[in-house]
Amino acid sequence: MRLVVVGNGMAGSRLVSEVRARDPHVTVTVLGAETCRPYNRVLLSNVLAGTTRPDQVRLVDPSWYATHRVEAVFGSAVTCLDRDARMVITEDGRRVPYDVLVLATGSEAIVPPIPGVERAIPFRTLDDCERILEAAGRSRRAVVVGGGLLGIEAARGLAGRGLPVTLLHLAGHLMERQLDVEAGQVLGETLAGLGVDIRTGVTAREVRADGVALADGELVEGDLVVLACGVRPLTGLAADAGLEVRRGVVVDDEMRTDDPSIFAIGECAEHDGTVYGLVAPAWEQATVAADVITGGKALYRGSRLVTRLKAKSVELAAMGETQLTEEHAEVVRFSHRARGTYRKLVIRDGRLVGAILLGESDAVGTLTQLFDRGGTLPGDRAGLLFPGLSSAAHVADSPTLMPDAARVCQCNNVTKGQIRACWEAGARDVAGIAAATRATTGCGTCRDAVEGIVGWLCEQEGVSA
Amino acid sequence: MGKVLSHCPYCALQCGMAITAEAVISPRSDIPANAGGALCQKGWTAAELLTSGERLTTPLLHGRPVSWETALDHVAGRLSEIRAEHGPDGVAVFGGGGLTNEKAYQLGKFARVVLGTSQIDYNGRFCMSSAAAASSRAFGMDRGMPFPITDLAEADVVLLAGGNVAETMPPFVRHLNGPRLIVVDPRRTATAKLAWLHLQPTPGTDLALALGLLHLAIADGLVDEEYVAARTSGFDAVRTSLASWWPERVERITGVPVPRMRQAVRALASADRGIVLTGRGAEQHAKGTDTVTAFINLALALGLPGREGSGYGCLTGQGNGQGGREHGQKADQLPGYRKIDDPAAREHVARVWGVSPEDLPGPGRSAYELLDALGTPEGPRALLLFGSNPVVSAPRSGHVTDRLRALDLLVVADIVLSETAAMADVVLPVTQWAEETGTMTNLEGRVLLRRQAVRPPDGVRGDLEVLQGLAKRFGHAFSADPREVFDELRRASAGGLADYAGITYERIEKEKGVFWPCPSPGHPGTPRPFLDRFATPDGRARFVAVEHRPAVEEIDEDYPLYLTTGRVLAQYQSGAQTRRIAPLAEAAPEPFVELHPDLAGELEIGAGDLVRVTSRRGEGRWVARISDAIRRDTVFMPFHWEGANRLTNPALDPVSRMPEFKVCAVRVERVA
Repeated sequence: MRLVVVGNGMAGSRLVSEVRARDPHVTVTVLGAETCRPYNRVLLSNVLAGTTRPDQVRLVDPSWYATHRVEAVFGSAVTCLDRDARMVITEDGRRVPYDVLVLATGSEAIVPPIPGVERAIPFRTLDDCERILEAAGRSRRAVVVGGGLLGIEAARGLAGRGLPVTLLHLAGHLMERQLDVEAGQVLGETLAGLGVDIRTGVTAREVRADGVALADGELVEGDLVVLACGVRPLTGLAADAGLEVRRGVVVDDEMRTDDPSIFAIGECAEHDGTVYGLVAPAWEQATVAADVITGGKALYRGSRLVTRLKAKSVELAAMGETQLTEEHAEVVRFSHRARGTYRKLVIRDGRLVGAILLGESDAVGTLTQLFDRGGTLPGDRAGLLFPGLSSAAHVADSPTLMPDAARVCQCNNVTKGQIRACWEAGARDVAGIAAATRATTGCGTCRDAVEGIVGWLCEQEGVSA
Repeated sequence: MGKVLSHCPYCALQCGMAITAEAVISPRSDIPANAGGALCQKGWTAAELLTSGERLTTPLLHGRPVSWETALDHVAGRLSEIRAEHGPDGVAVFGGGGLTNEKAYQLGKFARVVLGTSQIDYNGRFCMSSAAAASSRAFGMDRGMPFPITDLAEADVVLLAGGNVAETMPPFVRHLNGPRLIVVDPRRTATAKLAWLHLQPTPGTDLALALGLLHLAIADGLVDEEYVAARTSGFDAVRTSLASWWPERVERITGVPVPRMRQAVRALASADRGIVLTGRGAEQHAKGTDTVTAFINLALALGLPGREGSGYGCLTGQGNGQGGREHGQKADQLPGYRKIDDPAAREHVARVWGVSPEDLPGPGRSAYELLDALGTPEGPRALLLFGSNPVVSAPRSGHVTDRLRALDLLVVADIVLSETAAMADVVLPVTQWAEETGTMTNLEGRVLLRRQAVRPPDGVRGDLEVLQGLAKRFGHAFSADPREVFDELRRASAGGLADYAGITYERIEKEKGVFWPCPSPGHPGTPRPFLDRFATPDGRARFVAVEHRPAVEEIDEDYPLYLTTGRVLAQYQSGAQTRRIAPLAEAAPEPFVELHPDLAGELEIGAGDLVRVTSRRGEGRWVARISDAIRRDTVFMPFHWEGANRLTNPALDPVSRMPEFKVCAVRVERVA
């Protein structure tokens, strides 16, 4: 069988390695439009922020293709899909026959059709990232257009490099698809504290050499303009070949298009009415497609979305249906704007269907897993938002309050009562207690407690004497 | 009254103790492991088993007392018949990590030379095999802690993944007073409560966590590039593989918040002296070898191994878990940590044994595979078992019990009638620690000597005597004198990785133990073997790229909870010894199921209720304990009693053949 994969980004490269892990024999060719090896797009924000070097985001070693007998072609965009001949044709004239084809063409940055937009740099690829970095070096002030996840990460990254940044956003609050109004506002306040000037509810009308002109005529100054206005699935190849395309290439639960020999995964695919823009669903889809292609059985049933902002000093996780109100769900909310903290749980039928966690919180791991698994929640909702709240309430181990049955020395199973009896029999210091009960002779961590009890008993004696 | 210097009969810490002829125990203060005279309750009470009424003092044949001659004649006769009918591999041998070096060595020799069988393995496979495989892969040598235990107290930061030393080896905790301690454990154990930072991952996700930590180390520029360039190989491939393990992804898998991961890795990276340790919690998985490898990769990237005061080590479990894996009771090994399929190793050992290399069998089945094959058409028909209790300790123990039952002959040498001994055709009553002399190699790789302190009860024999008696019936002369056996072990190990050639009983006593490798009498021993070079052909430590994958059995609607197993302070291993000691039985009288208050509330279970726990392999009823020290999605059971391992998953690690003890899926219900 000849497998051809169009697209060598995060979805395509994942599919290739998943297929190879399952089947060492199938002939695999992967065609990528970008000239470089696949890289982790998730880490581009770190590259922009300067915490990760561009060479550290590669997903595949150069030798991998040879050792795994995968033919990889770089910098060769596919321009035509001939379904009758079962062949793809690249812009440089390569004709590659397939038995099974996987479309993993991803998406492209949306560039708004406004005057001067060619002066701006979209933030989408590693090349874009390097262009932005190069421009940032000789810029005095930056404007980022788009207050979604990527725009915020870009703005935070540039601000972290010491560049004053203005973030322009069309909607009334940041990340309006993932956050409710208050969370968006708290996030804006946090970012403002980190040097990002936030302007919401504004429309960019023109990109000029000295900045971005807004619809009301105001000029937002900046000599570097970055675009993060969302993405659009790349579906032209599929549409031209007559495959069913809505927003993305339509696939079934096996990730198959309406041509049974053609699959689509990742950001170019539309499953059950949804086009996903995050990597986790793309990799889940790659796993399902790899199973199916290598003769296994697997079905994709959609993904639960967890958005985790990657920006230094901004901890944000958002998942599921965050905008539901008390009319439709049980909502638990904690807000402390002075500290940049906002936490919200959305619960339906006793299960977590959405959450926002803004500001550092140990709850994030547990809540993400509860959301992912869809299990029932414990009755103590506050304990979910504030882990440690219930366990912190233990009575202090003071010698006076401790019951006689309390085990003081775990290693030698010695209770407070035994220590008291030993003291009453004449032992007046830790050494004496240790000789008689072996308390403190194991791990040694109970020494302070034993000393405390002995001291307290001696004090009591003094009081009564 | 004179005291004899010895060591504790239990864990790999091998605390020094002095024993009088009346079996009164006092701690020694000259042994670093328990310097200052520490002992836990297990050590203090160890002597009670010497005079226990449950002690076996006569051989049993089908449950009836018989003489040693009758018992050994019967065993030898049946073994001969079974060998004649099924070939040498029709007979199997199973050893233990509690046996002295002399016994472990002699057992391996007995299997290969007298029985000619390849079918020998031991319970250490369930214990140390993943750490051993990962260390060998990375460093070319597996010496549990390749540094003295006293280095721990000098460290700035110690990261302990999957170990609960406060309960398993309490005096160890004294060495952790100095450093900042980071503990990785799904439970807030007694050890985690002592920690500066506790990371509480979902069971079965330690590997992902280690990858996330190393990703952060790379992303935050904390890698010791100079060290990596000078002393390691393979980092580029690891660096590339880690691009897929960004912390937010790892957080979703493990449940450990990204800021906590960052805190841990920064602390470890900023330490002047940093140490990474793994225990069974990280190792007892079907991906245990790769999990340990991921932690070793982290240690290597931060430049820790092979630097004085820093490093990676595993916490050996059983008393002689280290020595027990070096001298030939492992299916794929010959004495001196030699590989059985290495022609030069075979040649050397065959010469010491006075046999031809071609007569030595090749590698045999690993522990679980061996137990799983017993009594099957392709498997062994007879089993000789020393120092182990698989009815309690093997995974999917109900099935293992069935396999044992299917044998034509089961012979068990033990000090008490353990659950496994109770099934045996022949039970051989043997001596225990204070009644015999032999060497043990502790978790540091320090070879120690236990001298005989008390007279054994009438009627029992040493394991070496048992092997001598059986060997004689097959026409072979085996020594039963531990010193003679040790001297032969020294010759057999000479030139191997675990080289004991220069170690003598006198040196051990004089020097309070000797670290291997010690190739000659004039050699000082090797406390820190990797300071100049690693034991690989090019002297460099090897990075190995590894990937996380889910537990073999993940939770689902039918089995919605993780089960993880572990230990309690007052019990040891299968409990055959400790459950028979009154103060320990009183401190930890029965098995239990620990569950989170939220889970208990949801299942309407109260403390002390009887609950049924069911996995795909078995079920049982236990008492519930409610504790918020455990995750909501996980229940915990100690495995010292028969039962917990009925539930566990025997899925094996592809490299180490370690079963997945530490995570499986279960259902928990209140018993009405």
